[in-house]
Amino acid sequence: MHLAYPAVLSALLFCTGLYGVLARRNAILVLMSVELMLNAVNLNLVAFDVWLSKAARETLHSGQALTLFTITIAAAEIGIGLAIVLAVYRNRGTSDIDKLRDTAEGRAPDGPDGPDSTDRTALTAEETEKAEATA
Amino acid sequence: MTPALTTAAATAAATPTAADGHGFLSPSGVEIAFLLVGLVTLGAALVTVTTRQLVHAALWLVVALGGLAVEYLLLTAEFIAWVQVLIYVGSVVVLLLFGLMLTKAPIGRSPDADSGNRWAALTVAVAAAAALVWVVVDAFRTTWIDLDGAAAGSTRVTGASLFRNWVLPFEALSVLLLAALVGAIVLSRKAKATTTAPAAAAATPETPATSPSPAAPAADGTPGAKEGAR
Repeated sequence: MHLAYPAVLSALLFCTGLYGVLARRNAILVLMSVELMLNAVNLNLVAFDVWLSKAARETLHSGQALTLFTITIAAAEIGIGLAIVLAVYRNRGTSDIDKLRDTAEGRAPDGPDGPDSTDRTALTAEETEKAEATA
Repeated sequence: MTPALTTAAATAAATPTAADGHGFLSPSGVEIAFLLVGLVTLGAALVTVTTRQLVHAALWLVVALGGLAVEYLLLTAEFIAWVQVLIYVGSVVVLLLFGLMLTKAPIGRSPDADSGNRWAALTVAVAAAAALVWVVVDAFRTTWIDLDGAAAGSTRVTGASLFRNWVLPFEALSVLLLAALVGAIVLSRKAKATTTAPAAAAATPETPATSPSPAAPAADGTPGAKEGAR
């Protein structure tokens, strides 16, 4: 098999994931795009490992070992990422990453920070009462 | 033509069985299968990043990841292929669907799935794709993978290399998985302790089931998160 086939497919998949990370607004869709990028890298690792394992006499199969490590780390990443997204959704009521701009620079210094934070504490207090009422 | 021939000769010297009878792009049967599955995979990935229905994005992601598993099989890396099916299609997509469900994603079309900078993102992605494809095709124009003979990624070969040469990273990775599990539990339980009153927390002494599977952390985290969201 020509090595260009898996390499080109991996490059195109990576750029698809790159577009998704940059263009999506929902945090879970961004996580899906990150998974696409990781899978593109995995395909590259496997293809080059198969090529090198036949081209060289001694091989450590480092590509396949790294692919397994990447898959495991991706599973851990998706678990932690979803826990963070759910915590943010519970506190803010949204998983829209365009609205999570608390650490953004270049905004009005006395603008949304003060009333917004008090508003948010009021909101969480209200949610607390609601949780107590339902619990 | 001459440098290409010399490079092909060098490749043939490196891989004794390959590289002599190949034409341009050498469309053999396995390459045609790879190309077709690759087109399906790429199309599913494109739909995943462009659709406006969030649940459909997760389901198209299943198609893309399953297509990649088939590509691994075509590259004779069968152990990786089944690990891909088990972990990605089996657990990661299920976790993503749970995440979509718990964040109350709309079922139909959501108009704000894409942010305002999608044209800039499209420009960056197309430029990166053009540069990467050009460089990769130019670099590996005369390189062929020899798929004949014993499989390069059978379970025996992968296991031998993993437990002979990669034991220390393997163990470190298990420690990392444990840390991720504990981290996901801490993330969901701490927020729950702040949002619920101590009386309510004492009323429901929920003990999260500690499962030994690697995909357990968010599966443990999500029920507590669901309790807290209500």
